[in-house]
Amino acid sequence: MSQHMFDGIKKAVGKVLPMSLFSDGEPKRIGIYGPPNAGKSTLTNQIIKDWADDEDEDLVDTSELEHETQKAQRKSVTIERNDATVNLDVVDTPGVTTEVNYEDFMEDMDKEDAVDRSRGATEGVAEAMHWLREDVDGVIYVIDSTKDPFTQVNTMLVGIIESQDLPAVVLANKTDLDGSNVQRVESAFPQHDVVAGSAKSGENIGDLYDEIAEKFG
Amino acid sequence: MITMSETTPGVQVDVFSKARTDELTSMEKIRCILDSVKEGNVVVLSAGLSSDEESRLVEKTMSEINPDNFTGIEIKRPNRTPSQSGGFFSKFVGSDDGGNDITFVAPADKIEEVDAEDGELLSALLHGE
Repeated sequence: MSQHMFDGIKKAVGKVLPMSLFSDGEPKRIGIYGPPNAGKSTLTNQIIKDWADDEDEDLVDTSELEHETQKAQRKSVTIERNDATVNLDVVDTPGVTTEVNYEDFMEDMDKEDAVDRSRGATEGVAEAMHWLREDVDGVIYVIDSTKDPFTQVNTMLVGIIESQDLPAVVLANKTDLDGSNVQRVESAFPQHDVVAGSAKSGENIGDLYDEIAEKFG
Repeated sequence: MITMSETTPGVQVDVFSKARTDELTSMEKIRCILDSVKEGNVVVLSAGLSSDEESRLVEKTMSEINPDNFTGIEIKRPNRTPSQSGGFFSKFVGSDDGGNDITFVAPADKIEEVDAEDGELLSALLHGE
């Protein structure tokens, strides 16, 4: 049996059986999803700094500008919490959106670079959507807690995550900023475990690791 | 089928009945939606899209975005929040995975607001030219 066939069968069985039955130590693929500029790459870097298997693991690029992440990037980490050891392939994905207009980047770059950035963004979003359907075992959903969570993109992505029966943890991010409203995020996602914290400052990220270990271990 | 001339001001709205979309495969449905939206029309799907179809629609949209004439879509389901699968507007909604929700798909920035009042009246406010 090919590895591809084995992975396919394992994934299909995993839809109806608890993931813990696959206790072969093989890493779970955990996608970090959310809208653009929610702090997904910053969280990825925090996880790498805290838990990367390889001490020389490169950090991912971050930026205040939307669509900095244009290709999904996979990083291997081992998280140890509460006597549990969890092997994860953490996948930092491009921010999901339903529209990309190169003119939105024109304040920061010339037209040619803006068009290139928008092309990269569209490819990245398409890849992220494909992975969400086909290639992740769980999701860390990152929300900027200073912004309104009741958006169509959040509605759509949460609907997809739930329809795939993927275990998910919601991070209400950027709690270090004025205007952070964790209660609003909790009211938007009452059926999910919401952890409030800041990927940038590291505030309360320990609670996120506890939740990751419990949910994905 | 009505087709607006290029000189006619306004927005064309294509309403797809459940009977119509039930005849189509997911990919055919997505193709119909995108063809209409890329012409500048607003599509109303009385039976909505499943979550899987919605993700494929976004994926397909991304592959067809063109800097010169198509910047993407917006998808609106009235009063739908990340956590709602029913509630007071349940007359407009259906299955838990998002299927059977009446759904608006439009060119980016074409819809100002879609709202369902008391589950009885559905209103949509569209941007004109």
